[in-house]
Amino acid sequence: MLEVISKETGNKEMVINMGPQHPSTHGVLRLELVLDGEIITKVRPNIGYLHRCFEKYAEQMDDYAKVIPYTDRMDYVSAINQEHGYVIALERMLELEVPERVEYIRVIMAEMQRIASHLLGIGAFGLDLGAFSPFLYLFTEREKILDIFERVTGARLLYNYFAVAGLMRDVHPEFKTDTAEFVKTFRPKIKELNDLLSYNKIFIKRTANIGVLPEKVALNYAASGPVLRGSGVEWDLRKNDPYSIYDKFDFEIPVGTGEVGTLGDCWDRYMVRVKEMEQSLRIIEQALDGMPDEGDVMEAIPKRIRPKEGEIYVRTETPRGELGYYIISDKSASPFRVKARAPSFVHLSMLPAISKGSLIADMVAIVGSIDIVLGEVDR
Amino acid sequence: MMQPEEIFEYVKEEFGEEGFSFSSGDIGDSWIQVEAGMIKTVSKFLRDDPKMRFNTLMCLSGVHYPKEEELGVTYNLHSTELKQTVALKVRVPIENPNVPSIEAIWKTADWHEREAYDMVGLIFEDHPNHKRILLPDDWEGHPLRKDYVQQDFYRGITTGA
Amino acid sequence: MGMLDKKYHDSNIIIVGLESALNWARKNSLWYEQFGLACCAIEMMATAASRYDFDRFGIIPRSSPRQADVMIVAGTVTMKMASRILRLYEQMSEPRYVISMGSCSNCGGPYWEHGYHVLKGVDKVVPVDVYVPGCPPRPEALLEGFLKLQEKITGETIIEKSENVSKKEQTNDAT
Repeated sequence: MLEVISKETGNKEMVINMGPQHPSTHGVLRLELVLDGEIITKVRPNIGYLHRCFEKYAEQMDDYAKVIPYTDRMDYVSAINQEHGYVIALERMLELEVPERVEYIRVIMAEMQRIASHLLGIGAFGLDLGAFSPFLYLFTEREKILDIFERVTGARLLYNYFAVAGLMRDVHPEFKTDTAEFVKTFRPKIKELNDLLSYNKIFIKRTANIGVLPEKVALNYAASGPVLRGSGVEWDLRKNDPYSIYDKFDFEIPVGTGEVGTLGDCWDRYMVRVKEMEQSLRIIEQALDGMPDEGDVMEAIPKRIRPKEGEIYVRTETPRGELGYYIISDKSASPFRVKARAPSFVHLSMLPAISKGSLIADMVAIVGSIDIVLGEVDR
Repeated sequence: MMQPEEIFEYVKEEFGEEGFSFSSGDIGDSWIQVEAGMIKTVSKFLRDDPKMRFNTLMCLSGVHYPKEEELGVTYNLHSTELKQTVALKVRVPIENPNVPSIEAIWKTADWHEREAYDMVGLIFEDHPNHKRILLPDDWEGHPLRKDYVQQDFYRGITTGA
Repeated sequence: MGMLDKKYHDSNIIIVGLESALNWARKNSLWYEQFGLACCAIEMMATAASRYDFDRFGIIPRSSPRQADVMIVAGTVTMKMASRILRLYEQMSEPRYVISMGSCSNCGGPYWEHGYHVLKGVDKVVPVDVYVPGCPPRPEALLEGFLKLQEKITGETIIEKSENVSKKEQTNDAT
């Protein structure tokens, strides 16, 4: 190994390993950084330290529904959104109608999960840059969401709650009031977060003008979600390719503006997430108003899932971006092939392009701002 | 916005009948099957033509078809400008699984192609960094092949229970 | 302050056995090596954060194995990661403990059957003191795991510990 490095880099440059066990790589990611002094000349991300064979499992299970718990474990920070994409794919393959009440509950859960995921993403991002207290404040809020989830699904992190054309169980009677209460208490906290972190001078210094991702590069790399929107592209699958009942709701797509630095820098990506939480609250409120009180959430669940022969690519908007499921069915009880196109995987492949020429200390900010989850990168 | 059938007709006008076919399953998406040698020129055309403008490659998946003894690649393309979607497919025999790399056209294909090599053993010609990505370099076999047999030991550590 | 510093403000002496003094100190300052691997790492973070607050047991996260007493293996251990875990374990100074958090690191968890790249239990690589079941375990469960570890430390004697260490070294040599 040493020989290769000396041949490639001569005497001037140095190679540093960041990870696979490093507090700010958000999991088990290894980055080989080639340095010229403090400047990064090259980054080689090494992944696969959490490769858990999701695609193999999807093929080996004897039932389509048994794959759902494994989708949870891909992006464990936003498990609900992962399930959502998978069940939608199956519903489209089976051409099933989903009851209205189920759709409403799903949207509320998915948006709550989006907020929870962004809270963790933002908290960890602040933590990487040396801001410890926002992490604690945000986790307090996140716990409130998890309390509601726990009452609904029985679990704190990995839910296994969505079923094909239904839900595993109905929500508890106080679900509406609990959620409305959370929305009410959470809204002022976003302003608090802005005062505490977003417009903090040190935080801006660490994130503005760093890791700039131009629009063209973003599209060529097929970036999506907050990373793409941070570069000023108004692109959200909930609006541009609506699934579930998202076309019924009124909300905006926040995009990066280059407010404190260059368009598409780390701060823009961060700010998109903060603004997105506000929009999620709007969606939750509208969904709570429209949610029917009566209806069996389990009646439409098919006894047997046997799609006809064919294949489908379905994509949904998770907190990290476009999650695509490419499913091939061969008429048997288990999928012939499931490929998960994970947003974090795509975003991480972009890292060499956006971090070239930055300082080594900024690497942490760049990795944090694209908000990867290694479970999803490696699957 | 064009439907996949129209896109197929349009591509056929440009390149001629040879090497293309259009098919679909009983449900879901339809796809355009392209001969492996042509995938690079077709991709470039789909990206740059003013009526196509497929500026993003959403997904690239490698598939093993044991019955036909073939490997396949599926490219799911999308145009954010014209809001149209199409799927391309390439099938190659398992003894000679060479497909030209399209990394130069859509950068995102870089890692997707490495993953397809890692998982089903497709070989992408002219790929700048043709190595395994998820599994370690000295791993044996390609796990998503249907006839994959798990190795018992990896560097002295058992892979069994 | 309170009543305590008035009570003890003169030089007082407490007579206690060396072992129990050491164990008392050890069990109340368990600094853990952050070993977030997968889903369980999120619950580990939640345990350290505001609501569950590890700090009140003297348990605080360290980013370096050289400063840590206990390693929480939180998540799925893969083949690629296994050798790194051993390396980090070896970098920790004695006395060192390992908590295996979650089904994956206990035995492979949901990935035990077809998980070709998953190590079926971290105990194949490093010795484990406490296993915490769950997928993922709740923060309360992890706290319980720490309490069990404290119990284990309370009963330790220096002779036993050094015997265990030499035994471990022997098995390491054998593999």
